[in-house]
Amino acid sequence: MLEARALSYVIDGHTLLTGIDLAVRPGRITVLIGPNGAGKSTLLRLLSGELRPTRGAVLLDARALPALSAAELARRRAVVPQSSALSFPFTAYEVVMLGVSVPGFDTAGEKAHAAGLNALDAVGLRPLANRLYVHLSGGERQRVHFARALSQLSASVSRPGETRCFLLDEPTASLDLAHQAIVLAALRAQARAGVAVLAVLHDLNLAACIADELVLLERGRVGATGTPADVLNDETLSAAYGCRIQTNRAPPDGQPFVLPPAAFERPIPEISGT
Amino acid sequence: MTAVADMPERRSEGRMVRSGALVAYAAVGLSLAAILTLSVGATGISLTSLPRVLLAMATGNDAGAVAREQLVLIDIRLPRLLLGMFVGAALTVSGAMMQGMFRNPLADPGLIGVSSGAALAAVATIALGNGVAAPWLRPLGAYALPVAAFAGGLATTLVLTTAVQRHGSLSLATLLLAGIALAAFNGALMGLVAYASDDRELRDLTLWMLGSLSGASWPKVFATTPFALLVAVALPGLVRGLNGLLLGEAEAFHLGIDVERTKRLIVLVASAAVGAAVAVAGIVGFVGIVVPHLVRLMAGPDHRVVLPASALLGAILVLIADMLARMLVRPAELPLGVVMALIGAPIFLHMVVKRRVAG
Repeated sequence: MLEARALSYVIDGHTLLTGIDLAVRPGRITVLIGPNGAGKSTLLRLLSGELRPTRGAVLLDARALPALSAAELARRRAVVPQSSALSFPFTAYEVVMLGVSVPGFDTAGEKAHAAGLNALDAVGLRPLANRLYVHLSGGERQRVHFARALSQLSASVSRPGETRCFLLDEPTASLDLAHQAIVLAALRAQARAGVAVLAVLHDLNLAACIADELVLLERGRVGATGTPADVLNDETLSAAYGCRIQTNRAPPDGQPFVLPPAAFERPIPEISGT
Repeated sequence: MTAVADMPERRSEGRMVRSGALVAYAAVGLSLAAILTLSVGATGISLTSLPRVLLAMATGNDAGAVAREQLVLIDIRLPRLLLGMFVGAALTVSGAMMQGMFRNPLADPGLIGVSSGAALAAVATIALGNGVAAPWLRPLGAYALPVAAFAGGLATTLVLTTAVQRHGSLSLATLLLAGIALAAFNGALMGLVAYASDDRELRDLTLWMLGSLSGASWPKVFATTPFALLVAVALPGLVRGLNGLLLGEAEAFHLGIDVERTKRLIVLVASAAVGAAVAVAGIVGFVGIVVPHLVRLMAGPDHRVVLPASALLGAILVLIADMLARMLVRPAELPLGVVMALIGAPIFLHMVVKRRVAG
């Protein structure tokens, strides 16, 4: 289990997160939602070990993250960042293969090659494997990084009792509907294989589709947690996002869905000129 | 990287040559360049006399008859060959490491202060060597200049990296800016020294700034050997870290790389290698930026290829440039850096433009 305990993060006097308690359990998909600036990405970076908390701790299987080496962590968790600037001319295949170049992995063998190709297949990128990354579209680049993380997870060998984690920051942000479905299916498959999945998602409807557990962040605090049915209701969302949000239920199983608040319902802001 | 056999697009986009082939061609090319370097010189002695010299050295016979050949081949051309290879490899590998670490194809070791620090120390030694600094420099004899250059380079890097450190971590963005500021400051100090120099000192330091291998000797070869070994031992361990750093520091950490340790090791290896290269050959520009760039154009940015291929091609480029420097105006010599830029720049320009048109 990946846990945050009483986590706070302060930078340059600004408190970004306060008193966060959170558990990401193996075999389940936890989704972080919340308005812009609520601290979702910061929380993800703390949970990945990239940032150190100001107070509190992040524990992986009851061990604090700083006690684990970078290599040890990489063997047990993969991360898909929100964006990545790569200006050197790697091909898509080569970027994906970086995912299996983790210390301790068998990087030279056929197994690594197969892991890379499978990951490319999983996101439908095999035909573009030898294209230069810099010539790919935004959505294709995002899928390359997703495939890189998939290959890292598939090449890692988990020992009994060890939790493996998959942390993703807006993995569907630049994807069309078909590729959103592919990525969500891959997340579900990872969870079924016992991986603890944590994704930041902006789209509340996608979150409702995929989440076993939703965590709503509000101004650096946990506003609500629970199943999508628990969290996605009019009062909670309206309060968190600061506008009137109406949730609905979609047949056949009554899954909640949210439509954007109609533009005409909001007053048009006056532009004060001089 | 492994060829992707079972893929619709067989050939990777933007690759002119398979990575393994490039290293093999470069190794063959370096052997040819080395043989050529040994064969060619102002005295007209060719490589055909080498077996006779070696036999005489081994048996002690005919020592007098081959003394001149032995002097030229063994004591002049061979150390020059070895130092040329070291200088070329050290500068290109350090350039490639800086470009990978800063994720900027225009980065060079100047950014960590080593070149400007070495240059400032060397210029100060030339200008003050017969004046105020004489009592300290005289015991070092002919080695005062290389020792000063090496110490100056390393000291500057140390000061710079210590100054930009925050909470035990090395910020690359700060290092980049501080490195540029420090290079400008060192440049200004060099200008001051040059302003205060007399004509002979001015000529000496100008020539030193243009680079040369004319001072090659066996003691210099022995002095640089530990640095060559350091680079050779450290590089394989840096390949994975450099590849990861191309994605960014956070991603490299996610991929299991100890980012702080990797950055420190890169700075250490590059400053030691460049410090030693500058100490024996002065400032030889151009090669460190251009060669890694050409390798990436040909075979992609994977450091498993970029580092060895850059080392080999850098050595070739320096050997050829040095050979031309010795031959073009013999018995005099042109500065190495001048020849290097004269032949390298047009080749580089051609490749960049051709690729632009093709791409």
